[in-house]
Amino acid sequence: MNQLSTFRIGKYLFGVDVGLVQEIVRLQTITPVPLSPPEIAGLINLRGEVLTAIDLRTRLGLPPAESDRDPVNVVIRVDEEPVSLLVDEIGGVLEVSQVPFETTPSTVDAAVRDLLVGAFTLPDQLLLALNAHKVLSLSSDARAA
Amino acid sequence: MEAIDEIVAEFLVESHENLDQLDRDLLALEQDPGSRELLAGIFRTIHTIKGTSGFLAFHRLEQLTHVGENLLSRLRDGRIALTDARASALLRMVDAVRDLLATIERTGAEGEKDLSALVSELSGLIEDGDPAAGVAAAADEDDAADADHDQDGEDGDGEDGDGEDGDGEDGDGEDGDGEGAEAASDAGAGAGAEDTGGGADAPAGRPLGEVLVEHGATTPDAVEIARMEQGLGDERKIGAILVEHGATTPAAVEGALESQDARRSVVDSSVRVDVELLDSLMRMVGELVLARNQLVSRLGDAKDSGLARSAQRLSLVTSELQEQVMKTRMQSVDAVWSKLPRVVRDLAKQCGRQVRLEMQGRETELDRSVLEAIKDPLTHLVRNAVDHGIEPPDVREAAGKPAEGILRLRAYHEAGQVHLEIIDDGAGINPDRIAAKALERGLVSQAQLAQMTPRDIMHLIFLPGFSTAGEVTHVSGRGVGMDVVKTRIEGIGGSVDVSSRPGKGSTFRLTIPLTLAIIPALTIGCAGRRYAVPQVSVLELVRLSGEHARGGIELISGAPVYRLRDLLLPLVHLDEQLGLVPADAETAMDREDRGGFIVVLHAEQQRFGLVVDDVLDTQEIVVKPLGRHLKGIPIYAGATILGDGAVVLILDAATLARRANVLGGAASVATVAAAEATEVIDPVLVVDIGGNRHAAIPLDKVTRLEEIPVASIERVGGREVVQYRGHIMPLARLSGLLGAYGEGSGAGERVQLVVYTRGERSVGFVVDQILDIATERPGTRSDIDDHALLGSVVVGDKVVELLDVRSAVLSADPSFFDAEDATEHEAGFLEEASR
Repeated sequence: MNQLSTFRIGKYLFGVDVGLVQEIVRLQTITPVPLSPPEIAGLINLRGEVLTAIDLRTRLGLPPAESDRDPVNVVIRVDEEPVSLLVDEIGGVLEVSQVPFETTPSTVDAAVRDLLVGAFTLPDQLLLALNAHKVLSLSSDARAA
Repeated sequence: MEAIDEIVAEFLVESHENLDQLDRDLLALEQDPGSRELLAGIFRTIHTIKGTSGFLAFHRLEQLTHVGENLLSRLRDGRIALTDARASALLRMVDAVRDLLATIERTGAEGEKDLSALVSELSGLIEDGDPAAGVAAAADEDDAADADHDQDGEDGDGEDGDGEDGDGEDGDGEDGDGEGAEAASDAGAGAGAEDTGGGADAPAGRPLGEVLVEHGATTPDAVEIARMEQGLGDERKIGAILVEHGATTPAAVEGALESQDARRSVVDSSVRVDVELLDSLMRMVGELVLARNQLVSRLGDAKDSGLARSAQRLSLVTSELQEQVMKTRMQSVDAVWSKLPRVVRDLAKQCGRQVRLEMQGRETELDRSVLEAIKDPLTHLVRNAVDHGIEPPDVREAAGKPAEGILRLRAYHEAGQVHLEIIDDGAGINPDRIAAKALERGLVSQAQLAQMTPRDIMHLIFLPGFSTAGEVTHVSGRGVGMDVVKTRIEGIGGSVDVSSRPGKGSTFRLTIPLTLAIIPALTIGCAGRRYAVPQVSVLELVRLSGEHARGGIELISGAPVYRLRDLLLPLVHLDEQLGLVPADAETAMDREDRGGFIVVLHAEQQRFGLVVDDVLDTQEIVVKPLGRHLKGIPIYAGATILGDGAVVLILDAATLARRANVLGGAASVATVAAAEATEVIDPVLVVDIGGNRHAAIPLDKVTRLEEIPVASIERVGGREVVQYRGHIMPLARLSGLLGAYGEGSGAGERVQLVVYTRGERSVGFVVDQILDIATERPGTRSDIDDHALLGSVVVGDKVVELLDVRSAVLSADPSFFDAEDATEHEAGFLEEASR
């Protein structure tokens, strides 16, 4: 995990392995899916493919966004299935091989910490590296419904 | 020989898939040794491999799987149990089969590995520890079958030798025809890109004679004569014979040959394309269409006429592109059919039949995925027709039919579906024999048979474990075929029908969708969102409007129903089911005066209504699977993208019905009924009459359900009445009538009424509570000699008294039926009535 694709949600700066990211898209319409777990924002149409969009904010247990700007879709491909993660704002790709790394950043909410690989301490702030597999395995799995 | 290699390659791919499944199934079977379903699945897989390996002359493979199949068939029939030894032997057989297949893949031949030990081990396990007599006989039979098929196998080899010649003859034996046939099979085998051009209207490799006739260079009669001469041993080419007869000129023959060449070069110029590439092409075109739609919709604002023209052109090209790409996925049914003549020929030889295969509609096109799915079922049906349908020549002649039987395949498009027919002029299917066999196999009871129509009986052949073949034959086996055929065809949303006239022949009719990925669907609106319902489950639409609106929906103990043409239709509110509104009384009140629609659906043998806000339109939709996070929500069958680019969820009718509990009770009753017989089930309304007593009222006697304030009940001459829809309606308290003097009755401010109406007159039955609609099985009634009771019935697991509606009505209004003609009443009620 040398390069991270970064994005912001609220005050946090997150990153996922750049190799997992298929593309970044701004999409207008999301079709909500009734009866689905709360983390599921709905379905999006990505060039004729139907993708599940996960509201990363809800997934991380963060409060709803204050601004009403359209979220950005970070489409990541895990286990051959593309899934969109909704984030507030997209950052750049950061090279982190030289950045100090800690596995358990103590300053982060416990709910968020569970979904992290760890944190890179950038000069100005923490870059939280997400564990994509954990993020995508929802606790309140739809199977129960 | 390329076509044969291709068949082998397909066989290898298919078998490897099957073997992986087989491993899993066998392991699962060890956990659950009693599962007939698993056994039947394993048996089918082995049977398929055996059948194909026999056809491709892999005799060692065939011999091995034959023994395995024997063992499995006895396991399936429950004649022997699955022991450790048997399971391991079967797994070793799977390994051995896999080895053989690997060898075939490497070398094209089966190799020399010694399998006799495994074969004898498997054979030993068939007999081992079995109770004597029948088993020995069965084993003998198996041995006989073995011997039989070995011999057949050798015959088969011999036939292969002269097979080429034979094909030539069948194909009219003209010059160029041999190559034509090869080209045709190439076309059939190709992945899908071929044949998009002139292929459909000008099949490659047409006989020279036909081309000449078409060119006006000769007459059909002259060609016929030339063919006969060829048939009589003239080895010259048809062109030469025609020229000699003066029926045509050498130049015309040259011309015709050239045009044959030209057609062939169309085939030669085709390119094989990976199917995945086609699929992704299709997706991209879909996206292009959406982008085009968006562009066009925004052009309304622009004033640039040049831009408008460009957009229009783009739009046109896009539509054409879409059409062409769709076409690349279509293949003519001939891709499957072209393999059948050989199958029929070999099989006919083996069974000593004379069969002429006729094909109509070879150019009928289907989506390649559908074609793939019907391949095996179709082959099964054709094999069956040859083996079981068409009689041996002597039998046919004795019956006054020509020695040569005709097997006809027809394909055509109709009503957006593809119809395939397999018609033989053989012995037909004898319903009595089917019935006797089904009885013998314990598939149906005598009582069930008595109630079945000849058509129902005919359909028994599709039950698993059914076979009418007098003995086990090498060819179409032990009746695995038909249930597989049915399962596969229904699996792709098709249906199978069979009709037969004894002595005249049978017809199997397959109806299949054009494509699996695109289905017609009804788009509906609910709570501001759109959803799609597969058209196939939609029966009709009912508009809720005007004064009734949703007030026309009645509640039975909280469960909504709608009276549709005198039948109570259970309802499901879509917004409730999707959790968009709470399912409570307040919501129901809110909805009262809103308009809407009831989509009457049919799912799992049940009719029910789905209440929605809006019905938008019907369109062809492309079904997209849902991601793993949403797969577990059963109410969705998938998603689709509409013309405007919006993602819309596809609803699953069966799940909706189940979620609404519509099917809950009825389904279990239906299962019991299906097991015992298909009996008529009368729905009843179950009510609480106080004192912890329940009564059932036949639903066809219930007109409406009402709730009225106790205060509105008036007394007239010792009777309770209420003003109801402009009339005076007498009331009868069921608690009093049936002698349930419990506490509670009449305690509330409102009472529940069950209204019975005949013409202008109505009677209201006062009950404590309306509980449920349930189904009652006839025969569960027992007579109780009580006033106003017909007896008791079993509803669910409770005994409930069945109300005699007629005497109950009379107790409230003795003159109720006076105006009516007595003959209108059901005999049962007349008997009970105290006239």
